[in-house]
Amino acid sequence: MSELTLTLIRLGFLAVLWLFVLSAVSVIRSDMFGARVENRKASKPARAAQPPKPPKPPKPARTLRRGSRHAPRSLVVVDGPDKGQSAPLSEQPILIGRGADAAIRLDDDYVSTRHARVASNGEQWFVEDLGSTNGTYLGHQRVTTPTPLTMGTPIRVGKTVLELRR
Amino acid sequence: MTAGAVEPSTDVVPRKRRGTELFLLVLALLVGVGAYVAVGIGYSGDVPADVAWVAGGFVTLALVAHVAVRLLAPYADPVLLPLVAMLNGLGLAMIRRLDLDFAAADQTTFATQQMVWTLIGVIAFVAVLVVVPDHRRLQSFTYTLGLLAIVLLVLPLLPVIGQEINGSRIWIRIGPLGFQPGEVAKICLVVFFAGYLVVKRDALALAGRRFLGIDLPRGRDLGPILTAWLVSLGVLVFQRDLGSSLLFFGLFVVMLYVATERVGWAVVGTLLFLGGAYFSYLTFGHVEARVTGWLDPFSDTDAYYQIVQGLYGLGFGGLIGTGLGQGDPTLTPFSYSDFIVTSLGEELGLTGLMAIIVVYGLVVERGLRVALLCRDAFGKLVAAGLAVSMALQVFVVVGGVTRLIPLTGLTTPFLSYGGSSLVVNWAMVALLLRISHFTREPQPLVTPLDAGDATQVVRLR
Repeated sequence: MSELTLTLIRLGFLAVLWLFVLSAVSVIRSDMFGARVENRKASKPARAAQPPKPPKPPKPARTLRRGSRHAPRSLVVVDGPDKGQSAPLSEQPILIGRGADAAIRLDDDYVSTRHARVASNGEQWFVEDLGSTNGTYLGHQRVTTPTPLTMGTPIRVGKTVLELRR
Repeated sequence: MTAGAVEPSTDVVPRKRRGTELFLLVLALLVGVGAYVAVGIGYSGDVPADVAWVAGGFVTLALVAHVAVRLLAPYADPVLLPLVAMLNGLGLAMIRRLDLDFAAADQTTFATQQMVWTLIGVIAFVAVLVVVPDHRRLQSFTYTLGLLAIVLLVLPLLPVIGQEINGSRIWIRIGPLGFQPGEVAKICLVVFFAGYLVVKRDALALAGRRFLGIDLPRGRDLGPILTAWLVSLGVLVFQRDLGSSLLFFGLFVVMLYVATERVGWAVVGTLLFLGGAYFSYLTFGHVEARVTGWLDPFSDTDAYYQIVQGLYGLGFGGLIGTGLGQGDPTLTPFSYSDFIVTSLGEELGLTGLMAIIVVYGLVVERGLRVALLCRDAFGKLVAAGLAVSMALQVFVVVGGVTRLIPLTGLTTPFLSYGGSSLVVNWAMVALLLRISHFTREPQPLVTPLDAGDATQVVRLR
């Protein structure tokens, strides 16, 4: 066997070895980034809100619903174990709870799996208790029926406080 | 923490990816069989006569493992099996290559035995997938497995079946079969630690005081870590097995840290480790010898012959190695087990060795990813423990032979000659794949409260 063949085999084997490693890496890469993008988009506002930047003074604007400038855009956790989490408001109702299917998933022992829901009728936002154990409060008032929300009103569930924000 | 507004169905897209696994596996087999052929060509100039038999056997085993995953854990990670199959194949080729040198002196057939152990390893792999249909069931065996681990650790010390080989009393021999029960104890301990920490982690995580910015645990919670420390010291004293002792303690400390997220435990563990290491350095001659061999092996090239030869082997290999079958790795004692890394480094060079270490890194990364994605705390801890035990083992061995840390005897997972280690590592990978399957499986759909009718807010009960 000539020297040249042996060298070719030697280099060829190393090439195959690295080819294997790189294919494995590319499979891992597609495994990580192959998932749909909603995931990343959704996690962005949460991460942006993570540093405890002083919350903008929640103006208790009452019924300022002139145009979209004053419409609330997100539901933010302002206090409690999951402070900083948020969910954008859309047509879909937002489920608050400890369950895996909740849009705002709280790690709070005093919150039920499906605790409350924030939904809109197109003009106004409502909060509705879903038969939770410890109740949902607006101020000191326990929510029993769907109650209209204004921006900055603290919604209390368990040890967590949420607010509508622009 | 979970981010907001993510519906569970879009969170993880469940894909089986078994085809990808098969593709990678074929590449892995190409590496393994290619290495085997290259050994023959490099050593004697022709393709080895038994290549069809060996390659056929190995390919069959790998495919059996692949089909088992396809049937028993279809959503499992697609990269793990090819990675370990490649390591196993490469190890087999290297052991075969060393056999060729040994054969001149006497008839040793490490490669044939390793092939048999690979067969048993794959059987163990399939068996774990069959016997453990749901890893959460293992949690009910927490203390049984803990007890079993201690029994296994003590077994080699028993008079009749225990056996001392190369100065370490870690073997049992029943008839013709030799086995290192410590290897099996490793997997039992991971499950035991995980089960124990899942239950106790709140007490271990929450109580304590802050000192210098580090949350230190309470004195009375130190019990478990002290016990683990004493057990690993016991392994060190009575079995003179430095590597396993380090592995067990390191494993416990890391799992404690993972379970509690408290740096304090890592600090306490490191202090205990340093104390134990210094104590054994002063007390045991063999530990002292290892430290001298680490700091200054060239002071006495006869006493530290092995490590010096290993270093020369790596140096001889250089960047791209001497080529498979063309070096002299057998000059290093135990070139087929503890020092297989230097044998590979000699013949594949830095380029090949880096690839091997990257493969280990990927195995560990996949393991930790399983732990990250796993939904139940027990599975998380088991996966993290398995990944960390492999990481520690590779670090201890590769670091030891390359003189980064003092040399301690441990097998290189999947590469070294050694039946117990190979079988247990296959079982560990099966357990990881089992947890991975549960992690990546589509979740049972939770029916939404209402079918997206946004205006329907009022709900009458």
